Amino acid sequence: MSEVAILGVGMHPWGKWGRNFVEYGVAAARDALADAGVAWRDVGFVSGGATMRCGYPGYVAGATFAQALGWQGAEVNTSYAACASGSQALAAARAKILSGQVDVALVIGADTTPKGFLAPAKGERPDDPDWLRFRVGITNPTYFALYARRRMEIYGDTQDDFARVKVKNAEHGFTNPKARYRKKFTMEDVAASAMVADPLRLMDVCATSDGGAALIISSLDYARRIGKGDAPRIAAISTVTPTFASAVIEMPDLATDSAVAVPAKSFRAALPAKAYAEAGIGPEDIDVAEVYDLSTALELDWIEDLQLCARGEAAGLLRDGATRIGGRMPINPSGGLACFGEAVPAQALAQVCELTWQLRGQSGDRQIEGAKVGITANQGLFGHGSSVIVKR
Amino acid sequence: MDKQNVDAAGLAPVVDGLFAMGEDGLALLGSRCTACGTYYFPKLATFCRNPDCDSDSFEQVPLSRTGTLWSFTDSCYTPPAPFVAADPFIPYAIAAVELDREKMIVLGQVVDGVGVKDLRAGMTMELVIGTLLDTGEAGIKSTWQWRPVAGDAR
Repeated sequence: MSEVAILGVGMHPWGKWGRNFVEYGVAAARDALADAGVAWRDVGFVSGGATMRCGYPGYVAGATFAQALGWQGAEVNTSYAACASGSQALAAARAKILSGQVDVALVIGADTTPKGFLAPAKGERPDDPDWLRFRVGITNPTYFALYARRRMEIYGDTQDDFARVKVKNAEHGFTNPKARYRKKFTMEDVAASAMVADPLRLMDVCATSDGGAALIISSLDYARRIGKGDAPRIAAISTVTPTFASAVIEMPDLATDSAVAVPAKSFRAALPAKAYAEAGIGPEDIDVAEVYDLSTALELDWIEDLQLCARGEAAGLLRDGATRIGGRMPINPSGGLACFGEAVPAQALAQVCELTWQLRGQSGDRQIEGAKVGITANQGLFGHGSSVIVKR
Repeated sequence: MDKQNVDAAGLAPVVDGLFAMGEDGLALLGSRCTACGTYYFPKLATFCRNPDCDSDSFEQVPLSRTGTLWSFTDSCYTPPAPFVAADPFIPYAIAAVELDREKMIVLGQVVDGVGVKDLRAGMTMELVIGTLLDTGEAGIKSTWQWRPVAGDAR
């Protein structure tokens, strides 16, 4: 048995609060401990997702959070994996539990983000691909726009389809107390927002946010001992790297791998494939998915990478209403990054929080009736990504 | 060679060693692993990244000057430094072009005056020399740009 129980979850609301990231993390951790009914002194392992934007305390986030909660002798770990940092921290905690070294672990991530678009580090660094691509005018939204335009050219998706993703996610997140943007944006609102990287407008591209998320996980034995044997379980955590040769141009590169010697492979598709294999289930078993909508169009790519429909059919699902709450394959019931904005080390954990609430039937107005199995997916810089399966 | 190319040819490149003018025109400079044949751009000089190849030997090669347009976008807001923007900002297009021989996709700016309305996936694109604003004394440097092959514009 390779499963662990999710005893408790907690989130600090996303926003642009401008306070120290440790505050958000500790607030989320205390909520998760209370939700689990576990005493802080009973936690044997603290696994933090690092933040690169908050100085040294962010690099050693696991210890920073442990100190702020009150040193009590637990072992600590800090993981950094861009958007997948939370999942790698979760994987470290699961390994500690499954090896029998600890019963209960706290997994935690939080961030305070600067204003505006993300920019490269300062200085003249022509050997750094991140410097080079900005020097010639290739920004983060450029990559999202290239993927979006590719969908338009190959599958016939339209800018209205991308706007529909925003409108759908805005409706989902409207009543989510943890979301930053809680407004029912319309197609007209999206069309009126400034063009950033054609075909993507400002409202097609996610913001950066402050936020924090935490999970209390345990062995199944421990969960049963405290009367929580029926808690949602983590059935798979995939944090695979890409397989050479990369098929799709990725931030911050100027070129893909050359597929002369070995065939090109899709990284995004590889992430859930490993999760399905590990959990011993398939896409047909999924009731709900939380995917990384860095752009509206990217949500459509993820639906296909998760094998929830054939290539090129995601916009059709969207138009039919299938991806709404109440549809046959609801996507991003939390409201997704469209309503949250990205708080990098917290985001993968926030996805698991949402699935936990959904599987417990505690999602209120955004509840998906009878949800039993959920999957997450995200991808970030430098070959990092993850996919987590939660089931009950 | 049109006027833009003549003007840019005498300028310092935005980064040394990324591209060079050959007999047929501008080409990006890549590396090719002498063992497995895999290409790299920008150049790689250390260890081959093919997991089945333990080579550390590369030759510098000009990459294909033409390719097939994979995708494209117009950049409509001012990027942060180190990009040096015109004031007021002038939008420009970025193309992702698939090179057949190298089996890789390479990004680059599109020549001035060509944007998403002129482009479609599958078009043949060719590499030309262009210019980029710079903070140095000359105020301008040369760079590589993609241009639709004549007769293949939308």
